[in-house]
Amino acid sequence: MSRSGRSALLLVPIAALGIAAPFLLPTIVTQLAFLWLMILFAVTWDVNGGQMGYNSFGNVLFFGVGVYACAVIQRDSGLGYYTALFLGTGAGAVCAALAALVLGPPLLGIRGHYFAIATLGLSIVAADIASAWEYIGAASGIALPVYPGAIEGRARFFYYLLFALAALTWLAARALYRTRLGLAMNAIRDNEDKAEAMGVHTTRCKVFAWSVAAFFLGAAGGPVGNLVGFVDPRDLAFAGATFGVWMVLMAVLGGRGTLWGPVIGAVIFHVTQEVFWTYLLGWQRVAMGLLIVVIVVFFPTGILGWVSRVRRRGDAAQASSA
Amino acid sequence: MEYTEQLPKAEQPPRTSTGSDATRAPTERQRPLLEVRGVWKRFGGLVANHDVSLDVPAGRITGLIGPNGSGKTTLFNAIAGHHPIDEGSIRFEGREISRLRTARIARLGIIRTFQQTRVYRGMTCVQNMQISVPQAHETLASMLHRPTAASTERADELLEFTGLYGKRFMPAGELSFGQQKLLEFAMALMSEPRLLLLDEPTAGINPVLINGLVDRLRRANAELGITLFVIEHNMRVIMNLASHIYCMAHGEMLAEGAPEEIRNDPRVIEAYLGGR
Repeated sequence: MSRSGRSALLLVPIAALGIAAPFLLPTIVTQLAFLWLMILFAVTWDVNGGQMGYNSFGNVLFFGVGVYACAVIQRDSGLGYYTALFLGTGAGAVCAALAALVLGPPLLGIRGHYFAIATLGLSIVAADIASAWEYIGAASGIALPVYPGAIEGRARFFYYLLFALAALTWLAARALYRTRLGLAMNAIRDNEDKAEAMGVHTTRCKVFAWSVAAFFLGAAGGPVGNLVGFVDPRDLAFAGATFGVWMVLMAVLGGRGTLWGPVIGAVIFHVTQEVFWTYLLGWQRVAMGLLIVVIVVFFPTGILGWVSRVRRRGDAAQASSA
Repeated sequence: MEYTEQLPKAEQPPRTSTGSDATRAPTERQRPLLEVRGVWKRFGGLVANHDVSLDVPAGRITGLIGPNGSGKTTLFNAIAGHHPIDEGSIRFEGREISRLRTARIARLGIIRTFQQTRVYRGMTCVQNMQISVPQAHETLASMLHRPTAASTERADELLEFTGLYGKRFMPAGELSFGQQKLLEFAMALMSEPRLLLLDEPTAGINPVLINGLVDRLRRANAELGITLFVIEHNMRVIMNLASHIYCMAHGEMLAEGAPEEIRNDPRVIEAYLGGR
């Protein structure tokens, strides 16, 4: 069977598990919702970082833009809860993509480590602006409207919303990587000078890819803000030191530049993190830090990179013994 | 190594199909495809290109030789738009291109290969070829489509032509240096250039394979109508390949002429052997 055929077959049990999870594990629905958010974070980060070689530490900015855009619309639009939420989610996605369209041309002209350093500033600047801007609540943030349905259904509602968004993000990334633009992104990663010398519209490709990542990050903002119930500029919307760094770690852990790597990385990372919080309370950050060191030292190419290396070694051994 | 099969043309043949030298009367004068006039390029105190002028006529193979450090690659970089020139003019089909950027020049139909080969190492050979389709008419919307079946077929043909078909699903980074060079050449053909700038195509290639490569270069010129402008250190190769040769030394144009004239030009011999 072809590789894409096998991967499509994997989607069925994952989708079934995703739908059944809130009923199988009703006590941790919120954590499961965050698991889908982590997967979305890792997959969107990998669009730039893995497939295109532009390591961004500022992608959390787009998430934050989505959080605030949705919160403001819910606060000010006067529409019903669900209408405002969905409108806000869409607006968050569009605003985030627009932010990428504006920031992309100047920032994506910077190559290598300098791009990473430049983007590091993005979430810091955004958090500072959000903390000072009265219209969006400044440092005291925005409290989101109360969920109108039954209290037991609240977490489940946002779980399904985030599950759908994460699934959509992954499918969109997969579709993107199969296009000529996906090939161009890989070409830019492998040798941008060569791509330019071959006439590839590099800037256009880079900005578009970043906007796609931003779009889905922005879309995730609204539901997450509502799930938490309160928008804080530094701890939720522009949480560069947590979300911003985790995005990178999860993609690197799973295997950057692959379709499943970020998903696997996000699952392992999130589960490990929850376990650390439960059993190593007080030491959870130390444990997390050590885990990061272990990842970078022992799995520099990520889990999928490690697996394919082991498998190739196995093939070679088989070939030599045959 | 022998390649007897006919090199199939791309579905849309290149716009200039002037054919090989033999088919054209030598007296027929037409505007050169590429005109370099009085080009200066300085790097600090070093003058890398000193008032360089040359013509590359359409449909032919033109050679550029000269000792190391004579400014050949600098001139290539200037033509391909990798750095701005200080003075002078570079015209392609009559159009000034010396102010245009690399990607723009490439889309006009000037493709160059690199001395130290450049391929997309993490991508398979086929993917390297698929992304090397002509970019002139690619828009954001058109790039959201998958590679066409025609382009994949063309990629296979050209990989066959360069002898890489058996390795088409291998990551380009795992090819040997010589194979990467061949892949880069195949990618250049894939992009259907009007003018192909080749920077030392045979350097680092196994001597046994050089004849096969020279044969392929000649066929790319004769069968696909691609004009070639070749920097080459291997004298035997360039004398066999080019119909007209320019020789540079110390950043200046030293001599030009038919291979025979260049071979016997005392200035060229002196530049290479260092004179007294």
